[in-house]
Amino acid sequence: MLYSESGNGPEIMSTHEHDTPIIDIQGLSFSRSGRKIFRDINMQIPRGRVTAIMGPSGTGKTTLLKLIGGQLRPDSGNVLIDGQNVHQISRTALFTLREKMGMLFQSGALFTDMSVFENVAFPIRVHTDLPDDMIRDVVLLKLQAVGLRGAKDLMPSELSGGMARRVALARAIALDPAIVMYDEPFTGQDPIAMGVLVNLIKRMNKALGHTSIIVSHDIQETMGIADHIFLLSDGMVIASGSPDELKANQTEQVKQFMHGLPDGPVPFHFSDDVMMDELIGEARV
Amino acid sequence: MRMRWVEIMVGFFMVLGLLALIGLALNVSGLKLSDAQDDYSLFARFENIGGLTPRSKVSLSGVQIGEVKSISIDKQRLVAVVELSINADVDYLSADTSAQILTSGLLGEQYIGLSVGFEEDVLKDGDYIADTQSAMVLEDLIGKFLFNKVSE
Amino acid sequence: MTDFLARLGRTLFDRIAATGRAGALIFQSLVAKPTPIVMFPLLMKQIYFVGVLSLVIIVVSGLFIGMVLGLQGYTILVDYGSEQAVGQMVALSLVREMAPVVTALLFAGRAGSALTAEIGLMKATEQLSSLEMIGVDPLRRIIAPRLWAGFITMPILSIIFAMVGIWGGALVSVEWLGIFEGSFWANMQNSVDFQEDVVNGIIKSFVFGVVVTWIAVFQGYDCLPTSEGISQATTRTVVYSSLAVLGLDFVLTALMFGDL
Repeated sequence: MLYSESGNGPEIMSTHEHDTPIIDIQGLSFSRSGRKIFRDINMQIPRGRVTAIMGPSGTGKTTLLKLIGGQLRPDSGNVLIDGQNVHQISRTALFTLREKMGMLFQSGALFTDMSVFENVAFPIRVHTDLPDDMIRDVVLLKLQAVGLRGAKDLMPSELSGGMARRVALARAIALDPAIVMYDEPFTGQDPIAMGVLVNLIKRMNKALGHTSIIVSHDIQETMGIADHIFLLSDGMVIASGSPDELKANQTEQVKQFMHGLPDGPVPFHFSDDVMMDELIGEARV
Repeated sequence: MRMRWVEIMVGFFMVLGLLALIGLALNVSGLKLSDAQDDYSLFARFENIGGLTPRSKVSLSGVQIGEVKSISIDKQRLVAVVELSINADVDYLSADTSAQILTSGLLGEQYIGLSVGFEEDVLKDGDYIADTQSAMVLEDLIGKFLFNKVSE
Repeated sequence: MTDFLARLGRTLFDRIAATGRAGALIFQSLVAKPTPIVMFPLLMKQIYFVGVLSLVIIVVSGLFIGMVLGLQGYTILVDYGSEQAVGQMVALSLVREMAPVVTALLFAGRAGSALTAEIGLMKATEQLSSLEMIGVDPLRRIIAPRLWAGFITMPILSIIFAMVGIWGGALVSVEWLGIFEGSFWANMQNSVDFQEDVVNGIIKSFVFGVVVTWIAVFQGYDCLPTSEGISQATTRTVVYSSLAVLGLDFVLTALMFGDL
């Protein structure tokens, strides 16, 4: 475990002692450009497990991650991380809290003006005062974990998509965070890269004991590694449970998503109603 | 090593800017490095200063020895009073030095040309130049010309 | 008709909202600077990208404009027998107007558009979001150094432009057109006042630098995170900057030189 400057470190790092959820989302509501994205959502993310948040495209899954991370403010409701209300704590407390969260963005989002090594070292430099040789050791360790130690001096532009995402993963776990969030990690990956990534996520979760939150709409891969799944649609949680439970769920909406049925509660034909006008209205601008 | 290159180039850039600024100051705007405190003032009254402005040249035999500092009106004699700022090292202007407003070139600017006289005493700070010749006004010249023509 | 008015009104409100966001951006970025230790290398790098890399275009443009001014000036003045005044003509035109304005326009085109594209790309690839999630304020780390680099660099580029231009004018007038070198410089020195002309010119270029950099950085930060959005933002930077520079130039000229 890394020695971090915050005094809260050791408490949150111990993952198996409590069974309380690490993230508690209470009554969360959020809207953007007049559209209600979340209506009064309640979710408890279990500690130390792989949790998947799934749903059709456009339900605001990435937005949820940003709300958890404190980048966006909800209209109402609370996001509690280990008891701390993310949106009410001070700036310095939020800074410390972010040490415990690692996020892997969809595109990797590596900083293009730095080398791979510098990218992974970045969070360490920001949050700690470790000397250079120690930083070097940690960075190489993380890169080794994702199998890219040899790429440490390359620039992001020289990496393939899959490699870039693995480096971004190394960066996300650089500070050994308690929570790692993956935003659509499986989208657009070739089978081999996908396999590598799935493997990494599962292995790391087991080995490092952190809580993994995967946002995805890829059923097959996600079902394979998730311990718990939340299904979102229309701004609400329509199902929650283990993969087997969800597979057996007979609700129309759940069934349509889980089995990839083209028509059901989410209709095939684009409806000709108020939503349509809104959309066209937006496009005109 | 990349950072080193960046630092060197930025330093070079700054130095270039500084040199350009110095160039602008000295060569282009003629900023005087000499101590302005050492310059002394002489005064001259003119009936007509023509196009003379502050900072116009003051020269002796064509060599610039100072500039016009200010122009005002002598309320008693109702003529123009020009304050000349003369370089400190020009301390040999005789007491009977004369000042004339001249023009350089056809469209050129007007400047004050000084001619030294024969007296032993020299002009000091605050002295008035007695012998002055005003600027030539075009209308007067034309009038003179016509007058001469008529009397032929 | 009412539809058109409604759209016009909405556009107006959008612009006003955008101006508000721009104001917030510059205020937050300037007030919250990162610590000097962190800021200095970042600032250096930005000065390199924005200033040093613009040197070539500035020097070449300055040289050619100075030479053209010398040539044209001579052609016009020789009819009045006042060709020795060409030095002062070149110097005054450059120092008062051409250097600040042309430098600003070139800067907007080269450095401004580069800034917008870079920041826009960082937004589109979620690099700015990543920074936030790691706990670093992108305004402090990305935006502020670029703003300060722009503020510092513009006046320097403008001065270099002026000096190179005057030298170019001298080259044409003295070497090729036969103006007496002594009177070229002497006339110039007599008519160019350091405080009135040079300093005012520098003030102008500083104001332009603030405006152009601010616009460039804001457009990048505010753009739609798509490739279309970035290209639109880049275009907007160049257009808005140019208009702003020319408009401000009039205002500043009137204020500074209007009373002469």
